[in-house]
Amino acid sequence: MIHPIPPGTRDVLPDEMRELRRLHLALIEVFEGRGYGEVATPAIEYDEVLARGSGRTADSAYRFFDERGDLLALRSDMTIPIARLVASRYANAEPPLRLCYLANAYRAVRPQRGQMREFAQAGVELIGMPAPQGTAEVVEVLEAALDASGLTRAVIGLGDADLFRQLLAELGVEGEARDSILERLAMHDLVGLEAELSEVKGISAEQCATCVALSQLRGGSEVLEQARALGGAAVERATARIQETFEALEARGAAERVRIDLGLLRDLGYYSGAILEVYDPALGHILGGGGRYDGLLKRFGVDLPAAGFALYMERVHVAQMEEEARKEEDS
Amino acid sequence: VSVEVAGMGRAKAGGPLKLAVPRGALLEETLDALDAAGIDTAEVRGESRSLIFEGEGITLVTMRPSDVPTYVEAGAADIGITGKDVLLEQADRMVYELLDLGFGRCRMVLAGRKGDERLGEAERRLGMMRIATKYPRVAERYFEQTGRQVEVIEVKGSVELAPLVGLADGIVDLVATGRTLDENDLEVREEIVVCTARFVANRVAHKLRAAEVDELTAKLREGIAG
Repeated sequence: MIHPIPPGTRDVLPDEMRELRRLHLALIEVFEGRGYGEVATPAIEYDEVLARGSGRTADSAYRFFDERGDLLALRSDMTIPIARLVASRYANAEPPLRLCYLANAYRAVRPQRGQMREFAQAGVELIGMPAPQGTAEVVEVLEAALDASGLTRAVIGLGDADLFRQLLAELGVEGEARDSILERLAMHDLVGLEAELSEVKGISAEQCATCVALSQLRGGSEVLEQARALGGAAVERATARIQETFEALEARGAAERVRIDLGLLRDLGYYSGAILEVYDPALGHILGGGGRYDGLLKRFGVDLPAAGFALYMERVHVAQMEEEARKEEDS
Repeated sequence: VSVEVAGMGRAKAGGPLKLAVPRGALLEETLDALDAAGIDTAEVRGESRSLIFEGEGITLVTMRPSDVPTYVEAGAADIGITGKDVLLEQADRMVYELLDLGFGRCRMVLAGRKGDERLGEAERRLGMMRIATKYPRVAERYFEQTGRQVEVIEVKGSVELAPLVGLADGIVDLVATGRTLDENDLEVREEIVVCTARFVANRVAHKLRAAEVDELTAKLREGIAG
């Protein structure tokens, strides 16, 4: 008899589990080897505690009342629970703190999209080390994790979360117009972006073209020059931040697989400064992402800079399988 | 630390760029635009029943326009061309919309029977209009934004039929010349949005094959300007 499970959840059988376990162990070994201690936190938390981190309540898709009437929520990522953990358990510890995790998180799904409600993430959080060195260390760990997964062709996109926020502030765009422009940018809807920008009063055709062109700049360190040529104080500050990080990476010999991408914009509310995305040629979806969230810990009462990344384990596994098949074909 | 819900989608990359080409009404002008961008489309124009055409540096994959976002989002096609109507209806598909190609211009409209007040009457006396459409999400969003209540009825075939036989009070549909509406005794009541063909890209291909994608975007843009 078939007994259903909710869409977006799944069982894992031994053949797959063996491969996943190997992947898990390889990643944890990389993290622990670099001084990142593994932590676990509860899958359910108080809704108001999670909301403190995201600055809004919409992040958790699943909320329910417990027997006392308290509102609980399933976590939608590990960054906020770890910020909560650091504030509660390590408030007086000497920074930097290095923590890693391998855990399930929960998101809402849209019907018939093959999306997962429950999915595994592996990642690290480096707390108390500012940019650029903190960011560079996180990227270095990410590269080691990708290598350990056999994804030697994977590429890391490096952008800046504040670039467009500051650029729009500089242009005097605020309120609803600002939000909808940022949304177009996050979705990379360039046609809509141009239309929105041209509707804002006081923005010249040239400034509009600059915004669109900036969002398309991606590649090696040469794109920083191209960005500066487009001008403006916000661009100057953002490119300076990216350049610092990129130089720190070069000094560590870790810049080779990093592509600078000024159009990168992740929609989670807590990012500031550097943001990261991970791609592999074997997969049409992103493998993971991360960046800096220097203001997040403060919301929990500990004012420390922080950075981290998370990889989607199911996708890393798919990419790993594709890469193995490719290597077999080549040999 | 993550943005989107983890899906299990997967697609092999590598080799020449794969471009999703819409069959149907947009096909001719899509091929013209590709020709102007220096892509050889002779084979697609031929009698062949193949779905995949391998050219120099680019593979053309032909499909229904409404499938283009699905293939491009998953990375099974790196880039593609489809109508804005399709992109609006499938707004939850994560594809990058890089360029308005300008051709395939249509209007998404609300239409009702000529000289017939059923739309207004239904709204006034029943509080609710029945709207037949192939674009249920576009229709729902439009009426929500304009503060009206509707029952959206999704149909797959000729939408014009619905108000004629009383399935619906009006329709939301794409109109090019308006002839089909006219022949079926229907008329445009409200214009919702103008739709043209768009050039879209998979988000990973947009990053990992940036030079190729940018080059083609630039050529297509020149073609529109020229």
